[in-house]
Amino acid sequence: MKSDHDYDIIVIGAGHAGCEAALAGARMGLHTAIFTMNIDMIGQMSCNPAIGGLAKSHLVKEIDALGGEMAKITDMAGIQFKVLNKSKGPAVWATRVQADRALYRKFMKQALETQEGLDIRQESIEEILIEDNHIQGIRTVSCSYHARSVVIAAGTFLNGLIHIGLDNYPAGRIDEPPSINLPKSLADIGFTIGRLKTGTPPRLDEKSIDFSVMEIQEGDSPPPAMSLFTEKITNPQVPCYMTYTGEITHEIIRDNLGNSPLYSGLITGIGPRYCPSIEDKVVKFSDKPRHQIFLEPEGLENDEYYANGISTSLPRDVQVKMVRSIKGLEDAEIRQFGYAIEYDFVFPTQLRPTLETKRVQGLFLAGQINGTSGYEEAAAQGLIAGINAALKLKKKGPFILGRHEAYIGVLIDDLVTKGTREPYRMFTSRAEYRLLLRQDNADMRLMEKGHNLGLINDRHFNDLNIKKASVEKELKRIQSTRIKPALINPLLKKLGSSPIPEDTTLYQLLKRPEVRYAHIAEAAPCDNGISQDVMNQVEIQTKYEGYVKRQADLAEKFKKIEGKIIPEGFVYNGINGLSKEIVEKLEEVRPLNLGQASRIPGITPAAISLLMIAAKQAREKNR
Amino acid sequence: MHPEDTIAAISTPPGHSGIGIVRLTGPDAVTIADKIFRSAGKKKIRHSRSHRIMYGHITEPETGEAVDEVLLTVMKAPNTYTREDIVEINCHGGAVPIRRVLELLLKKGARPAEPGEFTRRAFLNGRIDLAQAEAVLDVINSLTAESQKTAVQQLRGGLSKKLEAIQENMIGLTVLVEAHIDFPEEDIGALSLKEIKKRAETIKRSLKKLIKSSRYGMILREGLRTAIIGRPNVGKSSLLNALIEHDRAIVTELPGTTRDMIEEYLNIQGLPVKIIDTAGIREVGNIAEKEGVRRSLALMEEADLVLLLLDGSEALHDTDRELITKSTSSNTILVINKSDLRQKLDLLKSPGAKRKTVRISAKQKRGLETLKDAILERVAGRQTRPGTDVVTNVRHVHALERSLESINAFLAGIDKKSSPEFLAVELRDALDATGEILGITTSDDILDRIFSSFCIGK
Repeated sequence: MKSDHDYDIIVIGAGHAGCEAALAGARMGLHTAIFTMNIDMIGQMSCNPAIGGLAKSHLVKEIDALGGEMAKITDMAGIQFKVLNKSKGPAVWATRVQADRALYRKFMKQALETQEGLDIRQESIEEILIEDNHIQGIRTVSCSYHARSVVIAAGTFLNGLIHIGLDNYPAGRIDEPPSINLPKSLADIGFTIGRLKTGTPPRLDEKSIDFSVMEIQEGDSPPPAMSLFTEKITNPQVPCYMTYTGEITHEIIRDNLGNSPLYSGLITGIGPRYCPSIEDKVVKFSDKPRHQIFLEPEGLENDEYYANGISTSLPRDVQVKMVRSIKGLEDAEIRQFGYAIEYDFVFPTQLRPTLETKRVQGLFLAGQINGTSGYEEAAAQGLIAGINAALKLKKKGPFILGRHEAYIGVLIDDLVTKGTREPYRMFTSRAEYRLLLRQDNADMRLMEKGHNLGLINDRHFNDLNIKKASVEKELKRIQSTRIKPALINPLLKKLGSSPIPEDTTLYQLLKRPEVRYAHIAEAAPCDNGISQDVMNQVEIQTKYEGYVKRQADLAEKFKKIEGKIIPEGFVYNGINGLSKEIVEKLEEVRPLNLGQASRIPGITPAAISLLMIAAKQAREKNR
Repeated sequence: MHPEDTIAAISTPPGHSGIGIVRLTGPDAVTIADKIFRSAGKKKIRHSRSHRIMYGHITEPETGEAVDEVLLTVMKAPNTYTREDIVEINCHGGAVPIRRVLELLLKKGARPAEPGEFTRRAFLNGRIDLAQAEAVLDVINSLTAESQKTAVQQLRGGLSKKLEAIQENMIGLTVLVEAHIDFPEEDIGALSLKEIKKRAETIKRSLKKLIKSSRYGMILREGLRTAIIGRPNVGKSSLLNALIEHDRAIVTELPGTTRDMIEEYLNIQGLPVKIIDTAGIREVGNIAEKEGVRRSLALMEEADLVLLLLDGSEALHDTDRELITKSTSSNTILVINKSDLRQKLDLLKSPGAKRKTVRISAKQKRGLETLKDAILERVAGRQTRPGTDVVTNVRHVHALERSLESINAFLAGIDKKSSPEFLAVELRDALDATGEILGITTSDDILDRIFSSFCIGK
């Protein structure tokens, strides 16, 4: 019998990474506990009240296909759903959801509470307990807990320091205490720790905003769900609003740069360039006469708006002046001031691709502690850390996604291979196989893996197989069905498409940019009706075929190099021809295979040639 | 660079022999070779049995022009050196045709082999045993060091600067396209197809120009077009003969080749050199001086390299002076002949005072090595080691051509109104190709540029 101080997996932190890690661990049958400093803040969206967007919705849908929670909760908490980039092709479509903060917390907490085999504990962690580089457990203020695996997902809490103007004070999030002893414990173990910075904008009182002078932004109707498993979005849908800063706003900011912790040198952590403060925008892009501000609702029952676009750490009085210089915000009341936060992170090259630390067996890190930014990036890591913590305890092989399989693979490979110097965010341009890794095919790419892990149930897996089969069948049908010119030319003419001179397959017609699946289905319908989802797949796969094949060929080659394993404990020192710098870099990252080695910055193709031979030699000696 | 690509290389050391072997290995070796080989018996290589020799011609598939008469050995996996299919093409035509054969293979889908790559494959595919591996490492190591050195040296020339400018433009274009894919909600304006088309066309023009004007590319295809000029009796003919005696390349007589114009090919340490208008050299003594000067000037226009020959045993003539003035120092070598006689030539007060000169005696064959070094130096920007420079050159031209191909595909995509994520694939390929010369542009580099050029971030 296990005591209530004895767990298989302990997860520290109940943000987006921690929740996914804990749920995955428990769902894979391990006795799991999740520790949070405040039970009411489980699943808190500490920054903007939105989930998804470019490359991020790709992550969320991958989490969903692997049996994670984020997409489902997003659908339950969503109050505006929109597909971005619709004017471009489906590979770069992305769903973005405005979510009700309170609902998100509520449903995520519910998911944890109802999960069998998962305990929730409100306690602050003082120390990580290790012995001989193996994890033993943790110590809280009150007592010790034993665990065979520990996942740390502490977010921005490690030595968190909040700045508003020239004032600063230790905090993990606004109004929440930081974690001081945990980072000390990590440094004592020997991890290399760095410092990052991020920031948030002020939140405004709805009643004080004049929406009538702003552009209104509605979501899509019907709302496109994030999760495969959501049948219907039931929340009422609300709009966002858009306004702009102006020259006066910029003047106020410029006049007060001396009081900005960013520009007075108080902040040393490195901030994200893709999410600059309004101070940075005004200084670095001084020729821009205005900057966009999106007013995003905090929730259905909440009368606050999040002023996305003016993240700032200016003093409170300046924030008030600045906000009131903006069109529609002349009388705005600030409910919560914007702030910058500095926090510690662990350089992620100290991790394996399973997110287990190289230094301590059984210790996993996930989320912002690894230098990332974003709820979605955090959740993805949480899921992978939780899965691998469980697999390790079950004595099964690791679960690692390749760059050709998932954005999650790109994310983790980038982190553990290249590291990061600023808060890392996902972009579609980071994915070499962008055309393969679409949000529309996340299920076809990953659900089988989720099923094998025990995170996707048989019914859902069965549904997937049925879908796959009907896509195949319909593709075959349109490839083999020829249509007569007389039947289709009138329609083609209407579409502005050139007429066909002879019988042509439906497939060839669908390849034309202006011809949609609905058009060919109209002329030559499928006998036994198919779902919208299948139609979309057939259309996308047909239109993308050439490029997809090209990228798939490259992915095949990629797989081959990834398959060239560098044995565990391989000695780089002494390999004829490898420079000292290269040996050092290889020692630091300790790549699993030649593919990963080739992506380490500074590793030359010549070094890879030498390594290829040395690794084979080592493999043969081991045999 | 993938270890499973089909690779090709000239496997005989460049030198005085007229026979050379181009070797091809990898999964597509047979398919690629079949595209350019016409066997005498009209048999396809893929239908041939393994370990057989076939006779025929390598032809340019588009034009049907015969490039060389060859013996082709086909060895099919697994009983080969690399354990992959190998095709060896024995060329007879000397340096220039060998290079053209290699170029054709690259054009049809092979990539240039890295130093030691054949041996490396032999090891990786289990053909060579463990004991030999150390030796392989040494070979690769030394070859790589050498080829890197050479590559760097060559890049100090104009190629590097020009290519950097082109790559810079490609990055700028990529930044524009990628920014509009990843940041649809930012205030960065719509992607103007007109604008990106204009930019791509600029890139296309400069790439084309670079490939065309790249002397390396031209030289590889046609040899360094070299003119020997000078007034009558300075020893042009003796110099030509002295060079030919040492280094004449054998040229096959191929059907359809015009033989009216006499050309001589030399091979200077692997560098194909074509002496143009040898007929003129031989008869120039019999024609009027004025006509000689006119012809010389025309030749200077046409040549990649001018050997301006002066007579060291005589004082400078007006004709010499005129030729020196009209020649450009960057592509002319002043060669002072008859160093075996008493020297009376004084360039100090002539327009050639500051030019570098090479002293030779064509008659006694002295100073010829110095002259050849000077020629190589002019071509590569610096003196390079024999052999290796040619390989890197092939690599460069190949990379530039692939980059151009991708830019063309990008332009075609714009005309078809392709979505930007497709256009981005072509740009990526174009950048990867130039990256093989200048170093890879990573997605982080692109993101850096997006954030510094656009105000991104809600």
